[in-house]
Amino acid sequence: MSVNTKPNIERPDDFYQELIDLHRDLSDEQSRDLNAKLILILANHIGDMDVLSEAMQMAKKGIEA
Amino acid sequence: MFNTYEYKEFDYVQSEEQKNNTVKRHKAVIIGGGPVGLTTALDFAKQGIPCVVLNRGNTVSIGSRAVCYAKRPLEIWDRLNVGERMIDKSVIWKVGKVFRDEKLVYQFDLLPEDHHKIPAFINLQQYYLEEYMIDECKKQYGDLIEFRWSSKVISIKNNDDHVIMQVETPDGVYGLEADYVVACDGANSNTRQMLGMDFEGRFFEDRFLIADVVMKADFPAERWFWFNPPFNRDQSVLLHMQSDDVWRIDFQLGWDCDPEEEKKPENVIPRLKAMLGEDKEFELEWVSVYQFACRQLMDFRCGRVFIAGDAAHQVSPFGARGANTGVQDTDNLTWKLKLVMDGKAPDSLLDSYSEERVFAAADNLMNSSRSTDFISPKSGVSKAFRDATLDLADDYEFARPLVNSGRLSTPTPYVNSSLNTADTGTFAGKMNPGTNCADAPITVDGIDGWFLNHIGNSRFVALSFGRDSGVSAIEVNGIPCDVVVVGKDIMDTKGLLKERYDAKEGTTYLIRPDQHVAARWRSFNDNNIKNAIKRATAQA
Repeated sequence: MSVNTKPNIERPDDFYQELIDLHRDLSDEQSRDLNAKLILILANHIGDMDVLSEAMQMAKKGIEA
Repeated sequence: MFNTYEYKEFDYVQSEEQKNNTVKRHKAVIIGGGPVGLTTALDFAKQGIPCVVLNRGNTVSIGSRAVCYAKRPLEIWDRLNVGERMIDKSVIWKVGKVFRDEKLVYQFDLLPEDHHKIPAFINLQQYYLEEYMIDECKKQYGDLIEFRWSSKVISIKNNDDHVIMQVETPDGVYGLEADYVVACDGANSNTRQMLGMDFEGRFFEDRFLIADVVMKADFPAERWFWFNPPFNRDQSVLLHMQSDDVWRIDFQLGWDCDPEEEKKPENVIPRLKAMLGEDKEFELEWVSVYQFACRQLMDFRCGRVFIAGDAAHQVSPFGARGANTGVQDTDNLTWKLKLVMDGKAPDSLLDSYSEERVFAAADNLMNSSRSTDFISPKSGVSKAFRDATLDLADDYEFARPLVNSGRLSTPTPYVNSSLNTADTGTFAGKMNPGTNCADAPITVDGIDGWFLNHIGNSRFVALSFGRDSGVSAIEVNGIPCDVVVVGKDIMDTKGLLKERYDAKEGTTYLIRPDQHVAARWRSFNDNNIKNAIKRATAQA
């Protein structure tokens, strides 16, 4: 299996708003902690190591240390 | 108040060579008399090879140092007749608990499979381990193993057919030669440095304070690990029970500390009181501070010198991968040296020591680095993920396997080794070529025993299930191979040997002298066995 890059969220605007709302009034540090938890929860839900690796590489694209 | 261990001192005796000012050529010299050097000496002697052990000190390990010993090294020590004494004196454990603050977040059980002779893990002070091995050396092999205490190697050089060393003793400097040298002189190995061999890997900017404390305490015989406990905020702590009411407590210190200051009793004792309670009576037996490192040589061989143990690889301590790995180094090396010394295998067999053990060291380093990254996160985001994992582990089962307080040492199968013969048949289970053999209860002549003890003679074994081909021994270029027929020579009364080796009628395994699988087939064929022995001794 590989990462689904087609639109897969039924109501994209709702999702996006909820994600932004989730972080409202949080410090950068709190947001970082929240994101870390969210990533771990989603990663476990996906489970498939190939998909996770591919997603990590997609996210890293264009970002260099 | 409490009894603590009395460190035995061994008398320095001037060697005949130094006294007579002659240079003698020895078959084998071992540099270093720690757990790895002593294991090497016992294994050489068991195979009839005389050896000299050069030790710069004149006692057993000061302080308990290595504490946790895993199943595979204990099986090796059992083969060398010292394992039972170690286990009898030790604390056997299998449960690990991980706390955050004071709350239990995760618990693991090593779940040792039933019907193995050796437990999954024991805790024992390193000085006992060394004392027992020195006793065995003296008792069984007084004529083969020569200890030279207070003897420091100050130069070493490879020649075409031997190694030349200069050794410094209280009587000055003398020279000696050896056909082969095994350097087991620890993390700060002089030998490694004198040979110009460099580590690859990294140091971590973190330190741990290790304290051995003598006290009466009612903690259970379990491994307890705390993240961020009240008695060591923002750091971690590890607790282990040892024998004789000695407890090992490790405090993570971080990087901004003065190791010399931290070691002073006036600084250690308040830490311990904070953890154990103001009124707890205890005595400090030994204190040390170390920096985490995960690094290794990429070649464990330099001519006729072989590097083993911490001299060849260093890991951070979570997982007990130091001494445990080192003992498996020498287990891999000694039978190969024996065959090459006897002219029965080519020198290239010795290259496979480096091939197989560099591979194992890399596996250990990977596991150890991963644990270190979890315990001692190196960036804000790394710490955020670590803390997120611990947060989630409180409430959700899925996060618990991500909690890494050290993954405990298990042997690394040599899956890609050039000595393996690839499978032609189909097998289930774990006994792939390159894997250390699983133990199982057996009976021989009606007497209960253990499979690993039965194949502990440092010879090749062809293990054949259920079918007696009439061949009782095989030989290749003078290398003997015993044929053991299950159902005739040994009885698999509980059926566990068959189960663990996924055996059917006719299934045959070729087992190396170090109790690793070299090859396996679904039928017995002595030509196949001979070819696999050639391959396992670098002759094919």
